[in-house]
Amino acid sequence: MSVTTADARTVARRPFGGSLHRQRMWALYGSYAALIVFVIFFLIPPFHMFITSFKTSAEVSSMTGNPWIVRNPTLSNYVELLTAPNFQLFFWNSAKIAVCVVALTMVISILAAFSLARMRFWGSTVLATGVFLTYLVPESLLFIPMFQITGALGLINNTWSMLLLFPTLSVPFCTWIMIGYFASIPKELDEAALIDGAGWMQMLLKIFIPVAMPGIIAATIFAFTVAWGAFLYPMAFLYSADQMVLTVGIVSELIRADVFQWGKIMAGCLMAAAPPVIIYAFLMDYYIAGLTAGATKG
Amino acid sequence: MSQASIATAQPTAAGYRTGGLHSLMRRRSTIAFLMCLPLLIIILGLVLYPAVYSMWLSMLNRRMTAFVGLNNFTFLLSRDTFQMVVMQSVFFAVTAVVLKAVIGFVLAHLMHNIPSGQQRIWRGLLLVPWVIPLAMSTLGWWWLFDPSYSAINWALTGIGLDPVPWLGATWWARISVILVNTWYGAPFFLIMYLAALKSVPEQLYEAAAIDGASAVQKLIYVTLPMMRNIISITVLFSLIITFANFDIVRILTNGGPQDQTHLFATYAFQVGIQSGDIPLGAAVSLFMFPLLAVFAYFTLRGVTQRSKEQM
Repeated sequence: MSVTTADARTVARRPFGGSLHRQRMWALYGSYAALIVFVIFFLIPPFHMFITSFKTSAEVSSMTGNPWIVRNPTLSNYVELLTAPNFQLFFWNSAKIAVCVVALTMVISILAAFSLARMRFWGSTVLATGVFLTYLVPESLLFIPMFQITGALGLINNTWSMLLLFPTLSVPFCTWIMIGYFASIPKELDEAALIDGAGWMQMLLKIFIPVAMPGIIAATIFAFTVAWGAFLYPMAFLYSADQMVLTVGIVSELIRADVFQWGKIMAGCLMAAAPPVIIYAFLMDYYIAGLTAGATKG
Repeated sequence: MSQASIATAQPTAAGYRTGGLHSLMRRRSTIAFLMCLPLLIIILGLVLYPAVYSMWLSMLNRRMTAFVGLNNFTFLLSRDTFQMVVMQSVFFAVTAVVLKAVIGFVLAHLMHNIPSGQQRIWRGLLLVPWVIPLAMSTLGWWWLFDPSYSAINWALTGIGLDPVPWLGATWWARISVILVNTWYGAPFFLIMYLAALKSVPEQLYEAAAIDGASAVQKLIYVTLPMMRNIISITVLFSLIITFANFDIVRILTNGGPQDQTHLFATYAFQVGIQSGDIPLGAAVSLFMFPLLAVFAYFTLRGVTQRSKEQM
C-alpha cells in the first residue's frame, strides 16, 4: 500500500517538477507584493505625522500643494516643545508614573505569580482564574465608579491617582503571563533548592527570577506601554495642566489653541510615541513573546 | 507591609522543616497567601468593589440623593440616542473585529510564506501601529482626515476621485473610526495567528499532502482546527477591547456628527463626567457588562472544552 502511494507520488510529481518550482516563486513574489501593500497602509499615518512635524506653521496653514512632502523642513516644532515648560512637565509626569507603575506591578505580580504557580493554598486556583477574568474587564466599564472613589479619596486631578488606577490594567495581565513562565520551570529545580536549604524567598530570588527573565522583561514592557499610553483614566481624572500626563496633555493642551498648530501637535505625538517605539525596536522578541504567552496560556 | 511579614515568616518556616509536614504546609500556605495579598487587594478593592459600587451608583438619581431603582436603565432604553449607541457599538465592534481578524489571518499566512530569515524585518514594520500609543496615532489620523486639508483627499483627487467628508458625514465618520481601529488592531491578530501557525506540526501538512489534500483543504481541515483556540481567544480579547474603545471615537469625532458615532465608553464619558450625571454614566457603562460577559462565557467554555478533548 505504502509502496504504491510512494510510486504514485513520484510519477505524479515528475511532469510538474518545473512548474511547481515556478508556482512557489510566484507565491513568494505575491506574498512580498501583498506585504508591501499592507506595510504602506500601516505606515502611512506615522509617515505623515513625521512629515508634518517638520513643517512650519505657515506651510501647514497655507493648505496648498502636496501635503505628503515638506518644502522648508524645520526643527522649530521640536525645539519649541522641548523648551516649553508644560510639555516638559507632561513628559516628567508620564515618566514618573510609568516608572512607579512598572515597579509596583512587577513586585505585585511576581510575588503573586510565584505563589500561585508553586505554593498552592486554599483558593489559589480560584484566584488564578480571577486574575484572568480581571484582565478581561475593560477600563471603560469601571471609570465612573473609580471617579467617585478617587474623588472620595481626594485624589481627583492629582497625577499620583494614576498610581492607584493603572495597576488595575497592568497587574492582571502581568501576573497571568508570569504564572505561565513560572509554571514552565521544572519542579526539579525547586526541589534541589529545598534540599540545599533555601527558603521560599531565596528560591524566588535566586532561581525563579533569573530563569524567568524573558517573561519578566516581557511583563515589564507590557506594564510600561499600558502606563505610558493610557488615555481614558487621565482624560477623565486630570484636568489642570500641571497634573496632566503626556497623552492627555497633547490632546487637550496643544489642541486648545484657536488655530491648530499641526506641526507642533505631530511633533509632540511622535515624541510621546518614542519611548515605547524605542523599547520595542530593541526588545521586539520579548514584546511579542509576552503578547502571545498571555493568550496561548488561556 | 506584606513583604516585611514574609521576611519575618520565612526563617521560622525554615526552622519548622523538621517539625512535621503539617506545620510546614500550614506555614507555606500562609506565606503563599501573604504573597498574593497585594494582588488580592487590587482585584477586590480596585476591580470587584468598583464593579459592585457601579451597580449601586447606577440606581441613584442624578444628585445621588435618592434610590431610584432601575429608572436610569429604563430611561436610557427609551432614548433614541442610547439605542443608537447600542447599535453603533455593536456594529463598530463586530465590523472592526471581523476586519482585523481577516487582515491578521491573511497577513499571518503571507508572513508564513516568506523565508524565516526575512520575517523579522517585516514583522517589525507591520507591528508599528500596535506599538504607538493609540491616542497619539489617532491624532495623526485626525490630521489625515482634516476637512480642509486632508492628505488622503489630496491623494484621492490626484487620482481623479471625489474628496470624502471623512468625519463630517455620519456613515463616513463611522467608516473612519472602524478604519482607524482596524489599522491599530490588525497587527495584534497577525502576531497571535503567526505564533499559532508556527505551532502547527509540519507532519500534519505532510500527512494531508500524502492524502492528496489541496491548499484549501489543508487550510480548512488542518490549519483552522489547530488554530481554533487561539482564534477564539484572540477574537475574545479584541472584541472586548474594541467594544470598550474610548480613544479613537473621543479624539476623532467626539461622538459626532449628531451623536451618531458614540460608543458606550465615549457616551458614558459625556454623560457621566462631562455632564456630571454620574449615575446615568455608570448605567451606560454597565450595559456593556452583560453583552461582554455572555460572549466571554461561551468563548471560554468552548476553549476549555476543546483543550480537555485534546488531553
